[in-house]
Amino acid sequence: MSESQKTIEIEVLRYHPEKDKEPHKQVFEVPFTDDMSVLQGVQYIKDYLDGSLSFRWSCRMAICGSCGMMINGEPSLSCQTFLRDFYPARVRVEALSHFPIERDLVVNIEGFIEKLESIQPYIIPKEPRTLAQGEYLQTPEQLNAYEQFSSCINCLLCYAACPQFGLNPSFIGPAATALLHRYNVDSRDGGKAERMELVNSEEGVFNCTAVGYCSEVCPKQVDPANAVNQNKTNSAADYFLRFLTPKGGAK
Amino acid sequence: MNKRRPYVRSMDGWWKKNPFFVEYMIHEGTALFVAAYAGILLFGLLRLAQGEAAWNAWLSAMKNPWYIGFQVLALIALTYHTYTWFKIMPRTMPPVVVGGQRLSAWAITGSGLAVAAAACLGLLALVWGMAR
Repeated sequence: MSESQKTIEIEVLRYHPEKDKEPHKQVFEVPFTDDMSVLQGVQYIKDYLDGSLSFRWSCRMAICGSCGMMINGEPSLSCQTFLRDFYPARVRVEALSHFPIERDLVVNIEGFIEKLESIQPYIIPKEPRTLAQGEYLQTPEQLNAYEQFSSCINCLLCYAACPQFGLNPSFIGPAATALLHRYNVDSRDGGKAERMELVNSEEGVFNCTAVGYCSEVCPKQVDPANAVNQNKTNSAADYFLRFLTPKGGAK
Repeated sequence: MNKRRPYVRSMDGWWKKNPFFVEYMIHEGTALFVAAYAGILLFGLLRLAQGEAAWNAWLSAMKNPWYIGFQVLALIALTYHTYTWFKIMPRTMPPVVVGGQRLSAWAITGSGLAVAAAACLGLLALVWGMAR
């Protein structure tokens, strides 16, 4: 037999909102080659075995952040996880943990989108500049302060890795906090006081118990746990400094 | 009619579902030994304040094999707790920049562990010196 005829079992957690009461497992026998990702395996199922299988994907190169799934229980981008690493054992594929399942491998991310909007993920200029004044300048050190946190692709693996988000879905969570931090430490930005209201709120950073798994699974080395924990310090400083310089509160 | 019916999975037994979470629960659990040991030491201090007889009674109680067994267990738990505490430290603190370079995670964990070891040995030497 040639190598192209190797097959692997892929167990998929299926859920059809109109037919199923609850999710159930379905196993597919998928032919694979050593260069095939789990995403390609799932695409093979949709193309040749069961066209009703639903999942999200786009770029196939770990940039769009669409294809996050639980692969053997670990939050992973299915495009950069390879079937050969599991062969000859079965691969278990499920929708991202801690999110409501919309259908099969598609989760409901509305809650995250609202959080993303709430952190105002854009630069709120400290001082508006006219075109004549030219661009905002930044030193390499000022860039270093936030660059790592700007690499987030909103893939939500960190949320699937965060038990505190699972237990309390209103927690603003790792990625949104990392992006919030990205703008707060940008030298051009002046929106920190507004964003700190979210950091300090009931939904804010103190939901985090430093499990640290969010940073382990991040495919872009953003280290969201670091952003969340730095903001615990910022929040405490905010709390005590208000006795000296009264400003903002908590939402 | 809206045909959406998002399914919310249960969080029951969440910490058993991933080896990372099991380890998290273990290292958080060792904090109970830290608290228990601090309680024993504080009680010793209280007995010391109550006079010589009370202090000696506490000292002899400490020689009970059950207490010695607990202390060995607490030592193991505290050592593991210290290791995991410094292991997560690079994730919990602001970046440390030395000479324009960001300090690596291992440098932070390593120096934390080194300081903890030095503090333990220093305290041990001090108590040893006083006891002689």
